[in-house]
Amino acid sequence: MAKQLIKGNEAVVKGAILAGCRFFFGYPITPASEIAEAAAFYMPRVGGTFLQAESEVASINMVYGAASGGVRVMTASSSPGISLKLEGISYCAGSELPMVLVDIMRGGPGLGNIAPAQADYNQIVKGGGHGNYKMPVLAPNSAQEMCDLTMQAFELADQYLNPAVVLADGFIGQMMEPVEFPRAVEKIPDKDWAIHTDLKDESRLISSIDLEPEMLEKHNLKLQKKYREIEANHVQYEDYKIDDAKIILIGYGVVSRVLYSAVDSLRQDGIKAGLIRPVSLWPFPKQHIADLALKSDAFLVVELSNGQMVDDVRLAINGVRPVHFYNRMGGMIPSPEEICQQVKKL
Amino acid sequence: MAGNDQEYPKVVIREDECKGCGLCIVSCPENVLFEQKHLNRQGFHPAGYKGQGCTGCTFCFYQCPEPGAITVYKKGYVEEEVS
Amino acid sequence: MAKVLQKANSFYDIYERKSGMNKDITHYCPGCGHGVLHKLIAEAIDDFDIRDRTILISPVGCSVFAYYYFRVGNIQAAHGRAPAVATGIKRAMPHSIVISYQGDGDLAAIGGNNIMQAANRGEKITVFFVNNAIYGMTGGQMAPTTIVGQKTTTSPYGRKPENEGYPVRMCELISTLEAPLYVERVALGDPRHTNKVRRAVRRGLKNQIENKGFSFVEVLSVCPSGWKMTSEQAKDWLQEEMVKYFPLGVYKDESSKVETTEAKPHVFTIDNINENLSIPTRESASDKVEKKPQQQYRNPKLIIAGFGGQGVLMLGLGLAQAGMEAGYQVSWIPSYGPEMRGGTANCHVNLSTERIGSPTVSQPSLLIAMNAPSLDKFEKQVVKNGMILYNTSLIDKKPERSDIESVGIPATEIADELGNTRVANMVVLGAYIGLTGILDKKTLFQALPKFIKRNAMIPLNEKAIERGIEFVQK
Ligand SMILES: Cc1ncc(C[n+]2csc(CCOP(=O)(O)OP(=O)(O)O)c2C)c(N)n1
Ligand code: SF4
Ligand code: SF4
Ligand code: SF4
Repeated sequence: MAKQLIKGNEAVVKGAILAGCRFFFGYPITPASEIAEAAAFYMPRVGGTFLQAESEVASINMVYGAASGGVRVMTASSSPGISLKLEGISYCAGSELPMVLVDIMRGGPGLGNIAPAQADYNQIVKGGGHGNYKMPVLAPNSAQEMCDLTMQAFELADQYLNPAVVLADGFIGQMMEPVEFPRAVEKIPDKDWAIHTDLKDESRLISSIDLEPEMLEKHNLKLQKKYREIEANHVQYEDYKIDDAKIILIGYGVVSRVLYSAVDSLRQDGIKAGLIRPVSLWPFPKQHIADLALKSDAFLVVELSNGQMVDDVRLAINGVRPVHFYNRMGGMIPSPEEICQQVKKL
Repeated sequence: MAGNDQEYPKVVIREDECKGCGLCIVSCPENVLFEQKHLNRQGFHPAGYKGQGCTGCTFCFYQCPEPGAITVYKKGYVEEEVS
Repeated sequence: MAKVLQKANSFYDIYERKSGMNKDITHYCPGCGHGVLHKLIAEAIDDFDIRDRTILISPVGCSVFAYYYFRVGNIQAAHGRAPAVATGIKRAMPHSIVISYQGDGDLAAIGGNNIMQAANRGEKITVFFVNNAIYGMTGGQMAPTTIVGQKTTTSPYGRKPENEGYPVRMCELISTLEAPLYVERVALGDPRHTNKVRRAVRRGLKNQIENKGFSFVEVLSVCPSGWKMTSEQAKDWLQEEMVKYFPLGVYKDESSKVETTEAKPHVFTIDNINENLSIPTRESASDKVEKKPQQQYRNPKLIIAGFGGQGVLMLGLGLAQAGMEAGYQVSWIPSYGPEMRGGTANCHVNLSTERIGSPTVSQPSLLIAMNAPSLDKFEKQVVKNGMILYNTSLIDKKPERSDIESVGIPATEIADELGNTRVANMVVLGAYIGLTGILDKKTLFQALPKFIKRNAMIPLNEKAIERGIEFVQK
C-alpha cells in the first residue's frame, strides 16, 4: 500500500490541497504551526498561495476575501488564535462563505500552554463568535482522519455555503501515523454566487449586514433552515463494542483513542464497556446516544476540558440514565488505566 | 433629460435628489445657482439654476455629493452622445 | 472629455439594496465628503472601463453601505479589516481591480496594523482613506486623526495629547515603508482641491490597472454632522485646520520606475499533484507483518527519552517508519515545545499488529533511556516483564527494577568510535531490533532515507545500526 508516515498537521494540508484548496492564510502558533509550515511548502508547488498574515484577525479576513472569489481557502490556528478569529468566522457564517478552519487545541485559559487540550469545544461548537450561527465541526482521531475530514470539511463548506471546522487536539496534530491519501478532487464546484468578473450579474455582493430587523430575521431563518438540514444529514460517529455495552464511554479526538484501549481492558476484566465517538461534534449524534441510553446502564464522558461536551450528552440522554464525567485539563491526558479505575468506581 | 429647446452649456438639478447642502452654489464662479424657497420631498431647500449664465465649468458637479443631483451639459453637447 | 457630466454608469440607477424609502439618493448627510469621493471613483471606473473587474471593499463606518451604490463586485468587510479582505480577494483574483475604501477609525485605529502590513507587502490594491477626523457612523466620537483640541463626544474638552496622544499621520507612516508604490494626501474643498482628489483617485487606480503596486490615497474629508457645522463651515474648517496638521502632497511615487505588466488570473490545476505533494504512489508498505518476534516483544509500546539533540525523536521516527513498511500499525508522538528546546525530549511509539488505541504510552513495555534523568523519570512506569534499554555511556547505574529485562549498551561510546556521537540513537535502534527481532535489518535500511534527510549520513547510520545489532548478539 502507498502509505506515508506523516504528522496529523501535515496530513491536513495535503488533504486540503487534494480537496482543491489553493489558498492558505495563517499565523504561527504551537501546536498548529506545522499546518502553516506545510502550506508554505506545498502551496507554491501546486500553483497555490500561502501567506503568513500579520495576525489571526488578518488571516481570517483574508480567508473571507479569498472565499468571496469562490476559491477553496483555509486557515488554521490554535486556541488563543481561534479566539481572535471569531469575529471573522461570524462574518463568514453571516455572509454564507465556504471556508475551512482547523483548530489544533491547546491548554488554556489565557496563554495557558502548548500541550493538548479540548477546551475550545464550546467556543467552536456553540458559536463562540456573535450571532446565531452554526458550523459543521469534525473531530479526527488519527492522522488519516486529519486528511479525510479536512477534505470532507471542504465538501460540506461548499455544499452548504458555510464555514466548516476540523477540531483536533495537539496530540492528533503532532502525532505521526501512516496515511493513505485519496485521489485529488479534479474540479471544485462552480460558485455562481461568488464575486465574478463579468457584467452579466449586477447583484454581486458578499455581506452580512442588514439593517432591517425583518430582513435580518428572514436571513436568520434561512440560516437556521440550512442548519436543520445539516443536522438531518451529517451526523457522524463511530461505535466501538457497543452492541452489548452496559457502560458507554464517550469521548472525541485523542481521548477516543485512549478509550478504545480502556474498553478493551475493561472487557478483559469482564466489564461490558463500549464507546461512542462523536466524529461530528456539530451536528452532535444526540439521537444515537439517546437510542443507546435505554439499552445501557450508565455513561462516562471523558474530556480534556472542564465539562463542555458532557452538556450535549446530558441533553441527549435527558436524565434517563446517569451521565458521569471524568476529565483532565491543562495539557494532561488520562491513561487507559485511569479510565478503567473510574469505570470500576461507578 | 435635456430639453431640445435649451441651449448648451447648461446645468440641470434634480430637485428630489438634492440635499440642499449649498456646496454647488458657493462653488459656482458665475453665481448662477441659488437656494430655492420651496422644500423638496425630503424637506430640503433644493438648489436651482437661474436659467442662464452657466459656462459648463463643471465645478458644481464635482462639489456635489449626490451622484445624480447635478448634470452639466457643456458647450458643444449634442443629444446623441448620451443615449 | 465628455460633453456631459452626469451620474456615472458605475452607480446603480436605483439603489435597490438601500433600506427604507428614497432609493434614488444616498444615505449620506448633506454635504458629506463620502458622496463626492464616491462620484470621483465611479467616474474613474467608467473612464478606465474596469467595471467588469472592479471589486470594492466597504468598511465599517458611514461608507459601510458603499455597496448600495457601486455597480461593481462588492464585499463588505469587518471593522478595520478591509486591507486583509482586499489581500484575500486580490490573491484569489489577481486580475481584478480591488479597492479598499476606509474611514479613519477603520483604517488608522482598529485596522492600523492591517493597513501597514498590506502596504508593507505591497499588495497590488488601491486604498482610498477618508480622513474626516471623527467617527461619523457611531455619532461623532474621537478618531485617531481627530486634531488636537477638537471636540468630539468622547473628547468633550477637546483632544488632549497628554491623554489621547497626537493625531496619526498615515501617509507619513506608510511612505516610510519600502513596498508602497504611491502615497498621496489630498483634500476635498474648493474646485481646485477637488480636482487634485480626482487626479489622485485616477492615479491610484491606474497603478493597479498597470499591475504596479500598492497605492494609498488619503482624502481629507468633511463630516458636517459629526463636526456640528454647516457644509460650508465644514469645508472651510477642513482647509484651515485639518490641512495644517495633515500637509497635502505626494509622499511617495515610484510608479514611473515600475513596468506595466498584465495580472494573470489564478488557474486551478491538479497536474502532477501527487508528485508535488510528495505523496507516494507506489507500494511502500506491506499489508501484514511477515516476521513475528517472541511473544513478550510483540506489539511494543515504547517511551524513548533523552537529552534534546540525542536524536530520540528520530530514533522513534525510524522505528515507526520501518515498522510501517514492515506491515505494522504504528504511531509516533513527540513531546513538543519548550522542553524540546531546553533539556529533555521524549517520544511515544507504538508498533502493533492490531489497531492502536491510545497513541500516548502510559505503561511502556519498552523504555529506551539515553540519559540518566530519563531512566529516573520513566523506570517506574515500565510494565512488569517489560524491558529497559539504556545508554551505559551516560548512565552509570543499573535500573533498580528486578521484574524487568534490562540491557545496557555503551551507545555513545560506540557512536564515538564510528566518528559521530550523534548516531548513538541508531546504535540503540540496532540493539533493539537485534535483541527482539521486531524488524529485520533490511527493512530498517530501506526505511532510512525516509527519515534521514541528508543522504551522505546514511552509510554512517547503517554502520551504527549494525554495531548495535552486533553488540547485543555477541
Ligand atoms: C469590532 C467593532 N468595533 C466597533 C464597531 C462600531 N463602529 C462602527 S463604525 C465605527 C467608527 C467608524 O469611523 P470611521 O472609520 O472614521 O468612518 P466614518 O463613519 O467617519 O466614515 C465604529 C467604532 C464595530 N462595528 N465593530
Ligand atoms: S457648471 Fe459651472 S457655471 Fe455652470 S452652474 Fe455649474 S458651477 Fe456654475
Ligand atoms: S451640491 Fe448637490 S446636494 Fe448640495 S445643494 Fe447642490 S445640488 Fe443639492
Ligand atoms: S456622519 Fe459624517 S461621515 Fe457620516 S454620512 Fe454624515 S457627514 Fe458623512
